Amino acid sequence: MYDREQLREQAKKALGKAAAIGPDVNLDEFEKAPVDHKYLDDNELRSLPEDEQKRLIMAGLDLTEKERGGTYFQKDTAVIHCKSKQAGVEVIPIKKALQELDWIRDYYWKLVSVDTDKYTAAAELDLHDGYVIRSLPGAKTVYPIQACLYLDKEGLQQNVHNIIIAEEDSELHIITGCSTSPHLKKAAHVGISEFYVKKNAKLSFTMIHNWAEDMQVRPRSVAQVEEGGLFLNNYICMKPVKSLQMYPTTHLIGNDAVARFYSIIVGSPGSEYDVGGRIFLKKPGNRAEIVARTISNGGKIIARGDLIGEVAEIKAHLECKGLILNGGVIHAIPELRGYVDGVEMSHEAAVGKIAQEEITYLMSRGLTEDEATSTIVRGFLSVDIPGLPAQLKSEIDRAVAASDETVM
Amino acid sequence: MLLIEDLQVELAGKTILKHIDLEIKPGETHVLFGPNGSGKTSLLMTIMGYPQYKVTGGKIEFKGVDITHSPIDERARLGIGMSYQRPPTIHGLKTRQMVQICADTRGKQDVDVEQLARKVYFADFLERDVNAGFSGGEIKRSELLQLMAQDPDFMLFDEPESGVDLENIALVGNTIAALLQKECMPSKNKSMLQMKRERTKMGLIITHTGYILDYVTVDKGQVLYDGVLSCSSNPREILRCISEMGYEECVRCTIENN
Repeated sequence: MYDREQLREQAKKALGKAAAIGPDVNLDEFEKAPVDHKYLDDNELRSLPEDEQKRLIMAGLDLTEKERGGTYFQKDTAVIHCKSKQAGVEVIPIKKALQELDWIRDYYWKLVSVDTDKYTAAAELDLHDGYVIRSLPGAKTVYPIQACLYLDKEGLQQNVHNIIIAEEDSELHIITGCSTSPHLKKAAHVGISEFYVKKNAKLSFTMIHNWAEDMQVRPRSVAQVEEGGLFLNNYICMKPVKSLQMYPTTHLIGNDAVARFYSIIVGSPGSEYDVGGRIFLKKPGNRAEIVARTISNGGKIIARGDLIGEVAEIKAHLECKGLILNGGVIHAIPELRGYVDGVEMSHEAAVGKIAQEEITYLMSRGLTEDEATSTIVRGFLSVDIPGLPAQLKSEIDRAVAASDETVM
Repeated sequence: MLLIEDLQVELAGKTILKHIDLEIKPGETHVLFGPNGSGKTSLLMTIMGYPQYKVTGGKIEFKGVDITHSPIDERARLGIGMSYQRPPTIHGLKTRQMVQICADTRGKQDVDVEQLARKVYFADFLERDVNAGFSGGEIKRSELLQLMAQDPDFMLFDEPESGVDLENIALVGNTIAALLQKECMPSKNKSMLQMKRERTKMGLIITHTGYILDYVTVDKGQVLYDGVLSCSSNPREILRCISEMGYEECVRCTIENN
């Protein structure tokens, strides 16, 4: 069909290339061979073992699919469920798309370079699968599509490539959960995501990470937003991980395009998170916002944010707030780059502790010290995200409420 | 009943309240006068149980329970509540949630937050973070709304009139009167005397201006001067003396009292 060979050649050259930032992962420690899992029909999907269901619910997956417009479920390397319930939305495994659909060549590896580092290279050379989710022009989806990337096999390196396309004037909401089976300890996840938000389209992408203590995680994602488009990118990670490094990037390439990144991270002991967001504002009327709330509970969190204003009449704000509760490190690195007259860019960053005054205020309303503390922490983590559907808002609220267990 | 006996309090190693004796009976409300820095807020904070106010002598009893060293939340659940002058902002906590917390901790889960809020014209603020960007008057209304939900038996008010414009002073005053069961509202089946006898709520109000006296019938005035309660008398009389002679006159009483 088209030139996968050329991509493979390019990838091979980058196999030994460490990432620009973050600890280097020795990928030789992990297995890449495909793992067989049976495809599940609707009934089988609903009757997964209870402990697995619990993990999936934590990652935002609704197995009843009541308030979901479709599901993509990949276990290790195999797609075990994939369907769209909504007209105007396509959900296709990427391997199938690469074999059957010509248009996919216009999107595959077009935003992320295959030779970015050894992780992107691995995702091309040993691609397991991934999803293509596309809303057709003018389609407005009611319910979010859910996607789950699940790891079950000890020692596996899961290589995934996702492509998300919101065609002109469409509205698409996606919730994607990454999780591991209850027994899994060590594995790696490499996930490439390319997002295309076309003219006047709206895409919200909410990702909940629910990893295990010895997991290496290297997502690589780039988005591009055309004229009048809106890209909302939410990220939640409350659970331990060995090392997670990602720096999702968005290019606003059309007038009045908007991108907003919200992330909530709770850093557990022994875990290292290097997470950021980078938004290029290239056209007049572009707006960008990056909001991060981080809590260190003994873990190490590097919270990056980078806003690049290339033309006048753009507006961008970065907010990065961290609480250190039980030791650990929070390193906030907010960056603003304005290249012309007439940009409006600002940031606020703070790393601190819970104010005693707030605790005593709540205690004087009858809460115990522990209740007061968790109320303040929940408040700290609750960010108002404009434009998010109610189902997704409640998924985020639930994840934040569950943070009590991790934080306290 | 609140009973304070020979209370001595230190803040950061410095004695700030000396030999305080105070008794507030069920149904009674007292006002507390005193110049800036005399220890009025410290007395309220000590009664509420703020740990930085260290009790070095004497005791505080409430409803017959010795609460001298009880933590704040225990006192709150026992029925003590406070309206703050400058409460902290709590980001991410909606005013609605805060009001619900106040009701919950007193076992009044079924409170209608919306309806309570309308009484102090605060319904539009319920979705805002607690105290975030509130004006002086808005803070007061938020504090009163929290107390309405909490419905404590003994209420401490730290300068409820400060920062409140003339339009809102009546609202604040009347709300406090209602909280303290001091409303002048004739009832079909009860005489005023009967209603007075049935009053149980107690209050202690810090005031500089005395405006609050126009709305709340207060039973007693107290003057705190340099950490000592120097005077306990008719509140109107005290207010008049202070406005005519200033607090210097209190020095003489302080000396006589000791």
